[in-house]
Order: sequence, then structure tokens, then C-alpha cells
Amino acid sequence: MTLIAMPEADPTVLARRADIVKELKRFLPETSIIVSEDERRAYDTDALTAYRQLPMVVVLPETTEQVSEILGFCNAEGIKVVARGAGTSLAGGALPAEDAIVIGVSKMNQVLDVDFDNRTARVQAGITNIGISNAVAHAGFFYAPDPSSQLACTIAGNVAMNSGGAHCLKYGVTTNNVLGVKAVLIDGTVVEVGGDWLDAAGYDWLGLLIGSEGQLAIVTEVTVRLLRTAEGARPILLGFDRVETAGACVSDIIASGIIPVAIEYMDKPAIKVCESFAHAGYPLDVEALLIVEVEGSDDEIEFYLDKITAIAEKHAPQSLKVSQSEAESAAIWKGRKAAFGAIGRVSDYMCMDGTIPTGQLPHVLKRISEICESYDLGVANIFHAGDGNLHPLVLYNMNDPAEMVKVEECGAEILKLCVEVGGCLTGEHGVGIEKRELMTHQFDQVDLDQQMALKGVFDPQWLLNPAKVFPLANRPKPAQTGQRVAA
Amino acid sequence: MQTNFSAELLKDPAMQASEEILRTCVHCGFCTATCPTYVLLGDELDSPRGRIYQIKDMFENEKPASADVVKHVDRCLSCLSCMTTCPSGVHYMHLVDHARAYIEETHDRGVLDKMMRSVLAFVLPYPSRFRWSLYGAMIGKPFAPLLRLIPGIGPRLAAMLALAPSTVAPRSALEGPRTIAAKGERTARVAILSGCAQRVLQPGTNDATIELLTRMGVEIVLPEGEGCCGALVHHMGNETASHAQAAQNVDAWTREIEGEGLDAIIITASGCGTTVKDYGFMFRDDPAYAEKAAKVSDLTKDITEFLEGMDLPEAVVETDAVLAYHSACSMQHGQQIKTAPQKLLKRSGFKVKDVPEGHLCCGSAGVYNIMQPEIASELKVRKVKNIESVEPDVIATGNIGCITQIGSGTDTPILHTVELINWVTGGVRPGALEDVILPGERKAGENPFLAAAE
Ligand code: SF4
Ligand code: SF4
Repeated sequence: MTLIAMPEADPTVLARRADIVKELKRFLPETSIIVSEDERRAYDTDALTAYRQLPMVVVLPETTEQVSEILGFCNAEGIKVVARGAGTSLAGGALPAEDAIVIGVSKMNQVLDVDFDNRTARVQAGITNIGISNAVAHAGFFYAPDPSSQLACTIAGNVAMNSGGAHCLKYGVTTNNVLGVKAVLIDGTVVEVGGDWLDAAGYDWLGLLIGSEGQLAIVTEVTVRLLRTAEGARPILLGFDRVETAGACVSDIIASGIIPVAIEYMDKPAIKVCESFAHAGYPLDVEALLIVEVEGSDDEIEFYLDKITAIAEKHAPQSLKVSQSEAESAAIWKGRKAAFGAIGRVSDYMCMDGTIPTGQLPHVLKRISEICESYDLGVANIFHAGDGNLHPLVLYNMNDPAEMVKVEECGAEILKLCVEVGGCLTGEHGVGIEKRELMTHQFDQVDLDQQMALKGVFDPQWLLNPAKVFPLANRPKPAQTGQRVAA
Repeated sequence: MQTNFSAELLKDPAMQASEEILRTCVHCGFCTATCPTYVLLGDELDSPRGRIYQIKDMFENEKPASADVVKHVDRCLSCLSCMTTCPSGVHYMHLVDHARAYIEETHDRGVLDKMMRSVLAFVLPYPSRFRWSLYGAMIGKPFAPLLRLIPGIGPRLAAMLALAPSTVAPRSALEGPRTIAAKGERTARVAILSGCAQRVLQPGTNDATIELLTRMGVEIVLPEGEGCCGALVHHMGNETASHAQAAQNVDAWTREIEGEGLDAIIITASGCGTTVKDYGFMFRDDPAYAEKAAKVSDLTKDITEFLEGMDLPEAVVETDAVLAYHSACSMQHGQQIKTAPQKLLKRSGFKVKDVPEGHLCCGSAGVYNIMQPEIASELKVRKVKNIESVEPDVIATGNIGCITQIGSGTDTPILHTVELINWVTGGVRPGALEDVILPGERKAGENPFLAAAE
């Protein structure tokens, strides 16, 4: 792509590549080092494939000790590091750099300890999000944040991006559900942050690490909060003939004080594609669809569904349907969670991620379609309406260079709009590479300087995922190799 | 995903088809999570998305297949779990098939690997050669530990011997070519694929199918000239051989379709079913065969798919047996048949349990358990553990490869779904249950408590 530059690679590091590989072999097994170009190629991008960069080496450590050795080595040698979970980032969070070592945590995918009495689980960071819930489901528990990619994405990536998901409306995002982490600092020091309790003594270091996009430390173990699975849950489908009406209905539901587990929004193009994948019984003739899910005992579910129906009816929905069975509910969610991939059946897309005050929904949705129209690009909207987290998918042809430029500009305009109406640039995907240059719209230089000063405390040489998050201009000068890590 | 194929390259219809597949992949990574090799190895290179990416790079840059890429494509089981998971509808099967053929064209595998492959391709698709080699394997079995020490192919030879049964089943009395009349009024006429390996290893499966279907008024034809479906060589990238075998079957069935007519072509090994259902695609650019092959694929049904909508004969045997149903990858992913076998078994009176991690392959995957013994045996252990966690009295499945693979890791009897259905509805007792009495086994209608007291 065009607008977003990568920093220049360090030629002295590139020149030492063969030696670096040799060194890595001292503390890593053969199967954990990926060297050949053919093999590195598969690691050159994540789920934001518009950006690609072949990394210098990829390593897949199996233990915290190995991660510590690798980081200690990189720090001493001044080699950049990009951490990778499952590579499902839609913001390019795992995009490699030419002179960087990619550290993938995918081999560390075990559950270490489950404590049902205290409702916690300790897992290795490379386990998938759903892997945690699967491991405790038999006892009636689950891990709450549920990004749409939960089948594949790792808890490591969730921690790095402070990921959310459809059900975060009720349960909060990653930071509200992680109790502690074991993390490795850039000099190889292994630290434990947080613990088995809801709020640790002292500063909220955990709050700092969660969402730090692999720029402060590499997390290798995570202790999560487990929740009791609700007795039951049922979604209701509300179809509207106007986008704005659906938006108004969301605002009303939230304003009424009810907190459903999820309020999801899909527009017409999205409904059509998702229905053909999941056969969920979505209404095909409406302009906008809301999936509202409530949970609890049967009585509770009835009570809330009645209230929501009453609110919806004020907006004269075109269709209103309560799921009648578990199979139907599963299909409804399958369609929603697979939505991004399913859109891939019809077109390439750029998935945006911004958050706005829910009261602004009708206005913003209208503006988004105007913006896309002005660029002559299609758009499908799928998002977490309940917490105002938008995911417009701007449709384009990736094989057409002119459209690549257009989509990037169009996306930037949409995100700026989110900031203008009092929202923010990112919802749950993080800044990554995608929104790096837009950060100046959200923060002034004073704010950014303070944030970067903090990064410098953890990582004085700026070795950890350095190309991301902060605009390239006005960055502090990194310390030279050999200076002590202050953290 | 963005692709970069030259116009020249896209003139090749196979490349064009692959390019279209690659364009639908959005690189979301969902498929990695349900891929058995990724789950075991934790390396994206051994995941569907990673393989797709390597294949794309190889194709669009017109690179001969490198040893690295070959390693990761070879490790793919073709279980197609990724296709079930993919929200974007990426046709991984056609892509990897193309990649395998491309590898055979552009990569030199070395003498030993090639020899191993030629031997398998020479023996397995041909029942009499296969039967003779099994006698050989019986003699060779004690030498497996020694063979394992041969560098290069030792572990594969040992794996092959370990899989061979310790006795060779006698030939079926019902071997084709022949026509077997329906009992009573004829309601349908079907061909049954006799196939290759299954016919030698488990002749009871097709015998039971014939017994059951004829009792249900179906006339059976085992046509002249049919043979292996071609899957075995197809998965080794040998397109010429697989197309020749497929063409032979298309011809054999077309003669029947145009002659007395066929209502269905019944397959009792889901691995073969996946391949035969793909004949239409295989011959899409062949004017002489395209139409005939598409017709054949259309008529092809797994035996459980065929039985699903029919009334089964009344049950004469009842049991209280807990049955673990192992859905073969070719059944659930390849053919997307997800409920028919379980429903039929329930209708036949079994307490059917699904197996945890049911989407993961058992490691059989054609000749995979011979070519990749380490991964295959890890998958087998994992599968058996999952099956045994539901404490079954008997295991049912729909594919001969899984029967051999899982059977070599458990003492619980494992057999084909149709053998059980045939038995409880009045057919012959399955060979696998010869020395086993299932819990609560009794004549239908008999009081279970009295039966147990006897
Ligand atoms: S799930 Fe489908 S679209 Fe996503 S990476 Fe895998 S093959 Fe590509
Ligand atoms: S076919 Fe099976 S082994 Fe091969 S990539 Fe797909 S899921 Fe993995």
C-alpha cells in the first residue's frame, strides 16, 4: 500500500543474518526456527493482507525460558522483535519488519491450571481464545471476551490488543477478564504481573500491559477470570427498513437501562452473504438487522425479550423473530462470527474498526455510506452496535492498485469521522500499522510524547514491534545497544 | 487475497481455477484452528492458511516446488477440516490437489521416496496384488522393528507392516461383476463401488450392504470394468493414473446408466465417495468425459445418504450398547454428511455418542499413515483417547481407512455403520462382533431383564 511507510531496515542487522540464525540455534530446537525464504513467506502478513513484509527470521519458542533467551539476545544485539499470536490481526499488529525476528507463540498452547473454586485458569499465551472456554465448558464455565476470530486468535493477541467481541457489552473486554500475566521484558527478565485476584496491590501494571500491542513486553502466560455459563441465552432478530431506524432502536434499548449480552448490527449486503454461509434464517428483505441476545433463567429471558420487543415495536420493525432452538441460536451466531470471512466470498475488503457514542449511530451510518459513495466503493456494515464499535467493511478490488489507494483514503476518512463525533480510532482491533498515522487525529503531540516516553522506559532501544502505533514523525531517538533497561 | 499471476500463466485452466480459489481466501486464519497438523505442530507452515500461502507463492512465481514446500504440503492429510471451517468458501481440496500434481511435475523426490510411492500405487488399487502383499506382510510383521532402522524409508515400512492385519479375510462370495436381484418387488437399481482396499480388508462391508439393500427391494449391480476410484494415486499427485482409473469407472457406470439405468451409485467408503463426487470437476475440461462424469458424480451417494430417507426393515436384534460414532473426515468435511449415519444408528436402537474433538482426523488419510507415520500415530493416539472417553461398547464409522487406523489402537470393536444396521435388521452378524456380545443384546421385543438373567 501507499500511505503507510515502514521504517528503513537496519543494514548492519541484515548483514549479520547468518550469525543471528546460528546464535538462535543455541537455545532453540531446529523445528522452532524458520529460515528459508519459502517458509518465511507464510509469515509475511496477518489478516490485514494489504501490508506484507518478509521477516528476517521466524522463531516459535516452546517455553518462557526460550522467549527470555531470545529477547535477551535481541536486546544485546539491537535486533527488532515482532510478536505474533495466530496472525489474525485486522490492523496489521503482527506485520513483520524486514530487519526483525518474528516471535510466534503458537507452540505454547496448553492449559496449565484450572481452579474452579476460585474461578480462574492459567494458560499458555498461544492457546486460542475458544480453547480456554472449551477446556472449562464441561464444568459450566467460560471465558467471556469473544472476538469474532475467537476460534483461531490467541489469548496472547487478545492481551496485546485488549480485544473485545460481541458479548463484551455485558462482560467487558480483555482487560476486565484477565487477572494476571507472566511476561518477558526486552532484556529477558521474566516478570509476573497481577495474580489470581481482581485488583492487585500497587499500580495497575496489568492495565498498562493489556492493549500495549506487543510494544512493552511479550506475554507468555495468562491467568484469566472464568465465568459461570448462563442458564440459557436467546437471540432475537429485529429487521428494519431503514438504517437510521435500527440505529435509533439500539440507542433506545441502551437508554432504557437494559444490558443485553450483545447487540449486533448487519446491513443488507452483509445479511445476504452471511445467510448464504450460515443458513441462520436472517430476513433478506430488510435494510438493517439487529441481533439482540439476552441470557439468564427462562423467566429472565422472557422478561427482557418482552421489554426489548416493546421498545423495538415503537420503531415499527419490518420483521421480529425470537430464536426457537439452540440450533437456531447457534446458526445465528455462526453467521455473525463468520461475517468477515463470508464477505470474502464476494469481494476483497478493508475492515475498519472505530468506536462512537451510540447516540451518534444514525448520523455516522449515514455519513459512512456517503463517504464510501464519494469514493465509488461499496460498503458492508457489521458491528457491535451495543457499545458503538463499528466495523464498516469497505469493499474493493485488491488486484487493482488504484482501488488500493482509494480504499486507504476512504478508510482514513471514516475513522476521522469517528473521532469527530466524539468517538475513537480503535474499538478492539488496536492501532497496529493500519491506524498509526491517524493517531495524530486522536491525540496531540504532548499526549503522544508522554505515551512514547513510557514505551521508552520498557524498551529504550525501541526494539519491540517498533513500526506500529506511533506515527513515524516526531519519535524520540532510541537508546543505543548496551544501555540498561530501566523497567 | 491479492494475487499476481501473469496473463500467460492464467491461460492454463488449472492455474485459472487455482487463482480463483486463492482470490476468495481473505487470510483470516480461522482454518488454522481446526487443522490437525497445526494443532499438533503449532507452525503456520503446517496450517491450511500457511499451505495456501506457500502454494500461491509457488504458483504465481512459477517456482519449482522446493523441498520445504513439499514437506508442508506432504504433511497435509487432505482431511478438509479447513473447508468446513472456512467462512469464505475457499476450495482447499482443489487447490491442494493441483499443488500435489504440480509438485510431482517440478520436484525430484529422490529414489527411495519415489520407490515407496510407486510400490503403493502399484499394489493398493488392485485387490489381487493387495491381497498377495498382505500375505507377504503377515510374514514380514515380526521384522518390523528391524525394518524401522533402515534410514529414510524404514519408519514407513514399519508403519505399513503394523497396519497390515494379522489374518487376511477370505474373498467375498459376492464379488463382481454380477447383478444381484432384489428380494420381492424391485424399487430401485443401484451400482455399488466394489473398490480396492476395502474389498480385501473388510469384504463384510459390501456384503452387508448388498444383503440389506436387496432385502429392501433394491437391485444391485457390480458392473464389469470398475475398480479403484483413483483417490490413492490422486493424493500422491499422480494425475495421469488417477484420471485413468476414474475414466474407467465413469465408463463402467455410464454403460449401466445408459443400459438398464441406475438410481444411484452407492459408495461404502467415504474416502472414495469424496473422490467420485468430484469426478465432475476432475473432467470439467475434457469434452469426451465432462458430461458423463458430472452425471456419475450426481448419482453418487454414501450408503447412509441413500438409506436416510428410506424405511429400514424392522429390527430383530436390540442392544443397550453405547456406540461412539467416528465421523470420517471424508464424510463430515469431504462430503459434508454430518447427521445421516448417526440418525440411522439411533433408529437402529444404539445409544449414539459423538466423540470429543470429532473434527480432527484419526491420521489414516489414505496412505498418510504410511507416508507420515509420526504425525499419523500422534493423531491416532489422540483420536482413540477421545473415543474411549465416551466409554463405548462399539465404534461405528463409514470409512475403511479409519477402521484400520483406529482399530490398530483400541480393543473396542470398530466396524462400518451399514454392518450394524444390516445385523440388527435381520442380516448376518458382523465379523468384528463374532466374539463379542454387546450389553443387553437380545431379540427385539424381548424383556431386557429376562434376557440378562438367562
Ligand atoms: S478460513 Fe478460509 S479465508 Fe480464512 S484463511 Fe483459511 S482458507 Fe483463507
Ligand atoms: S486438509 Fe486437513 S491437514 Fe490439510 S490443511 Fe486442511 S485441515 Fe490441515
